[in-house]
Formats: sequence, structure tokens, C-alpha cells
Amino acid sequence: MKIHEYQGKQLFQKYGVPVPIGIPAMSAEDAIAAIPKVQQQAGTDVVVVKAQIHAGGRGKGGGVKVAKTKADAEAAVKQIFGMQLVTHQTGPEGKKVQRLLVEQGLAIDHEYYLGMLLDRATGRVTVMASTEGGMDIEEVAAKHPEKILKEAIDPATGWQPWQGRKLAKALGLAGAQATSFAKFMGPLVRCYDEMDCSLLEINPLITTKDGKVLALDAKINFDDNALYRHPELEEWRDPNEEDAAELEAKKYDLSYIQLDGNIGCMVNGAGLAMSTMDIINYYGGSPANFLDVGGGATAEKVTAAFKIITHSPAVKAIFVNIFGGIMKCDTIAAGVIQAVKEVGLKVPLVVRLEGTNVELGKKMLAESKLNIVAAADMADGARKVVEAAKGAK
Amino acid sequence: MSVLVGYNTRLVVTGMSGSAGAFHAKQMVEYGTNVVAGVTPGKGGAKVAGLEQVPMFDTVEEAVCHRGANAAVVYVPPPFAADSILECAAAGIPLVVAITEGIPVRDMVRVKYVLERDYKDTVLIGPNCPGVITPGQCKIGIMPGYIHKAGGVGVVSRSGTLTYEIVHQLTALGLGQSTAIGIGGDPVKGTDFIDALKWFNEDPSTSSIFMIGEIGGDSEERAAQFIKDNVKKPVGAFIGGQTAPPGKRMGHAGAIISGGKGAASDKIAALKEAGISVSPTPAEMGTTLAKLLA
Repeated sequence: MKIHEYQGKQLFQKYGVPVPIGIPAMSAEDAIAAIPKVQQQAGTDVVVVKAQIHAGGRGKGGGVKVAKTKADAEAAVKQIFGMQLVTHQTGPEGKKVQRLLVEQGLAIDHEYYLGMLLDRATGRVTVMASTEGGMDIEEVAAKHPEKILKEAIDPATGWQPWQGRKLAKALGLAGAQATSFAKFMGPLVRCYDEMDCSLLEINPLITTKDGKVLALDAKINFDDNALYRHPELEEWRDPNEEDAAELEAKKYDLSYIQLDGNIGCMVNGAGLAMSTMDIINYYGGSPANFLDVGGGATAEKVTAAFKIITHSPAVKAIFVNIFGGIMKCDTIAAGVIQAVKEVGLKVPLVVRLEGTNVELGKKMLAESKLNIVAAADMADGARKVVEAAKGAK
Repeated sequence: MSVLVGYNTRLVVTGMSGSAGAFHAKQMVEYGTNVVAGVTPGKGGAKVAGLEQVPMFDTVEEAVCHRGANAAVVYVPPPFAADSILECAAAGIPLVVAITEGIPVRDMVRVKYVLERDYKDTVLIGPNCPGVITPGQCKIGIMPGYIHKAGGVGVVSRSGTLTYEIVHQLTALGLGQSTAIGIGGDPVKGTDFIDALKWFNEDPSTSSIFMIGEIGGDSEERAAQFIKDNVKKPVGAFIGGQTAPPGKRMGHAGAIISGGKGAASDKIAALKEAGISVSPTPAEMGTTLAKLLA
């Protein structure tokens, strides 16, 4: 689960991680009203107006503006609120800005990068820091891997103060800035751990001439598997940031991801679902989605999945690819038949069934008299569905 | 001969009174697995319908003391799974297979740490995996038993259904399996490719190996290097997620291309560089290995 920058900063504040003074706004009016408040609290006229969308690269896309006066700040609010913000992560259609963060402007001494995530090779959460703040960190990692410092967290002791001092030294910090940095890290790591984060990025982390260290940005993802421990996070979900079909799928505990193609896929198992996308591409087609109905799906769940797929007007053909283990082929057949009864079938449907109760499943589909193309195996099914999608107009 | 499990395996099922635990315990008994005990806290002495012959205990330690359990399978729900894995390890069980899907990463980081520190002799398979099977001898997990056939191919895979797919293809081609190991789709897990490759390499009844990887992480790249340096047996491979978009988690918590890392193309290149035959599609995994053995 992803959250907005302003939400991440609220979380930081709760843990005692320093952030600039700022007020989030859900409308342009609220944002304009927030400007004098931020100016007054911060004791400076300089404010920053920041678009709140989940994608990165907001600054380059024109979604972040520094304003030196109240009038400039108001103009920035009017310009950014409601704009279709395009960044390298939003896709060409961009994302409509519906939330803003009005924040105090700070006299930055230097910008750094700070990130935390799991290092799979060691099985430990690792802090990464770099003096190349504000830059595209993936580019830094590719070109100058030596400029990224890493510090692993021991699961038994947690983050230790000496690690903060070591990183500060390696980043070239001295005096009050070094002390502030070391103090900054403890609560930040506690936040990552206690909140079950899966990614935490501050880009940039800044130092000020008067020795402060602050998080100028906050990008936080949470481990979906641990959300049951943090029910309060549900409130922070922004439906505007999520695909409607993906939200609908979540209700039925289906793993669904919208893609650009025209072949709807329904598969059991994440690995097989991914590979089904691969084989469709291999035969010259393009999948409209990734959909894993899971191992223990019921006929109701299969029906819901089928409806989600057929709901998209882009879908010109459907490929059901099932290898029944726990999932029985007759359950899949019953779900598909039920779904077609409820919503009809306007596009070609290719079904490949294998595994537990395969004969029963095939018999049910045959007796249903539905217009189904049976596939002998995965390759046969992929070829047939690609053909069918090409034929459809 | 085989790896991990065989005729001598004495299995305890944790979470056996739950619906998944009971269902799969029955399936395993039917397959011929020697299920010697079930464990659910508070259910010691109780009977599970259809499994009346299997005694239930409150703790794993009792299952070890009274029934001589030497392998455990974990079906308990995610919030309690880490606890169950560590209980099995502490009871001295040398093989723990964790089927449970959806265990928080934070829990697994701690489990892995404690296993490496205190229980070096415990092998953990999973979590979020289909389990381990030595065809004809012992099945631990949720895989459909009937698709398997005893033989010489060692199978190791990050994906459950793709494991069924390769086993089915191999069996159809007349190629049996020595042992099939599903290592699971989570980012922090027990056994990784290299462990399994090592076992298969040393196992005299395994004559060839097929590995199935997927996007995310770099364990396939490290496995490729290991194979290049150590494995003399023929190896075939497949990587799922060749067309997956970056930044999207493809079902498995571990299957995501992020920070420019974990793409299928890098993995396939590393495998080919190590002299491994890589199947172009999931439909040709079996024939790819068959060609290698012809």
C-alpha cells in the first residue's frame, strides 16, 4: 500500500522525525487559506506548493513550485490544483492533482538521499544513503554505486546510534549537522519497523546552515501482508490513486493488475499467471490484465473475476488457463458458466483446463453449450486466443 | 534415494484442525505420507474428522517426544505462522515446510535471523510455497500428487502452479522426478535455489535438474553462478514474468521489478551465460529438458 507525501510526514512527526511545517489541502480554497498560516508559523514568506500524487518525478512535471510571496503562492496553487500532472511514473495521460501540500520554504545547505528497504540477499532491512540527493537515485546506483552507502539493521539489536554516527561521517557531515543526523535515524528506523513499511525513501533529506536535518520528502510503502496489524492505515487509502478494477478485485481477494492489451486472462497461481502473460506476448498477442484467482477459489470468486475481466471494453478475447491443484477444474467451470449466465459473453473464450477433476470440468463446459474454444494445452490456448483477439473488431 | 523427504519421513501437521490443515492432511495420508501427529494449541487429545488415526497435541514438542516426528508442515494462518515455524525449530525438527501465504516480511526477517543463529540444522522450505514431494514416497504440501512420477529429475521452483506445470510436462514425456521442491514466492524465505541445487547435485538418484525462477531479487543470478561453478548435471530453466511491467507486484510478494533490478531478461542472460538451457515459454519447459537429455 502506498500513501501520500503529506501522510508520510504526519507519520514522521508522530515518531519525532523532523519535517518542515506544512498543511495539506483537499481543495484550492483550503490551500490558499493555508498559505498565511504556514507563513506565520514558519516565520518566512517563502512557501512551497506541492502536488500530492503517488507517482514520483513531481518536480520535473511542474507539480512543485517555490513561491516567495503570498500572491505567487496563490498563483501556484491555482496552477497546480486540478492539473493533469505527467511524470515518468504516471504514464502519458498523467494524474489529476486533487490534493496539495503547502509547506514552509527552507534555506537548504545540502541535499542527500536516504532510503530503507529489505535487502533480499541478506534478509535484513538496509539503510541506503547518498550525498547525491534530489537526483534520480536509480541512475546514481547504476553509474556510481560507490556513492551509495549501506548499513544493515541487525534484527536482534535494531538500529544502533553508532551506525548513525558512522553514516553521518561517511556523508561528510560534521558538528551540529552530524549530531542531528544521528538523532534523525533512530526514530526513522523505529517508524519503518513498527509500521511494517516495505519501502521508505526521503529524497531529498536536507541539512540547514543552522545544523538541522529534515525530511523534505517522504515516500512510504507498507507491506500489504502486515496491514492487518495497522487497521488505521485504511483511512489513508486514496481511491483516486487506485484502479477501479483493482479495487473491485481486492474485495474478492483476487490479485488483479490492469495492463494495456486486449486479451483478458484468468489464471490460478501468480507464477502461472505471469507466464500466461509471457506466452500470449510470445505468440504476438497482448494481455489486458494479470489475474490470479488464487489456490482455494470458490465458484463465486471465479464469477467475480470473470465479471471484472469482461467489464473492460478493451478486452477482445479471454483466456482461462488453469492448472488445478487445490483449485478444482469443476469449480472453475461452474464459476465461468455462472458468470456467462449473469453477464453474457460477447467475446471469444478460450479455456485450457488441467489438473484435479479436469474431466468433470471439461464435461460441465461442454454440456453448458457455451461458445467455448477448448485448448489442448497452454501453447495451443495461447495461439488460439491471440488468433481470436486479432479476428475480433 | 532422494532429497529432504522419503519413506523415513514422520510428519507432524501444525494447524491440522483448521480447514486447510485438515483437507491437506487427508490428501497427504492418501498419498502415503506417514502423518504421525497433528498440532493445534488447545486441541491436544481431540480428533479431527477423517483423521481419527492421527493423534492431536497442543505442542510440537509433544509430537516429537511421543510420535518421533522428524518433519513438520505449517498450515496456520499468517498472524501465527512465524510463531509456529520457530516452535518447530525449537522442538528440534530438522525439516519445516511452511505453506502459509501472506506472512509479513518483518516476521520472516526475524524468523530467518533466529534460524541462522540458533537452529542451523533446521531446513525451512517456504513460506508461501506448495511444499516438497518425493514421488511415490512422501508428499508434504498442497500439490496434486497424481501428476508426479518417480524418476531422476530434481525440480526446484519459486512458483506453485508452474511446479505442477513442469511436473505434468515431464511426466507426460516419461521423465520422472527425484524430488520436487517449491521454495515459495516470498522475498524472505528459508531454502533458496542454491541450497536445493546443492542437494540435487549431491543426490545420486538425481540425474538432471529443472529450475523455475521469476522476476524480483537476484537469486536466479546467484544460482546461475553456482551452477556454472559446481553443477555437473544437465540443468534446464524457465523464468516467469518476462513481460511484467516494472513497479507492479505480480501476485507474489517477491515478484516485483524495482529499482531497475529483478528483470527477467537479466536472469535469462545470466542462466544462458552459465550454459543452462532456458525454455522460451512455459509450455516448452519439459521438452527443453528432454532435448538436453536426448
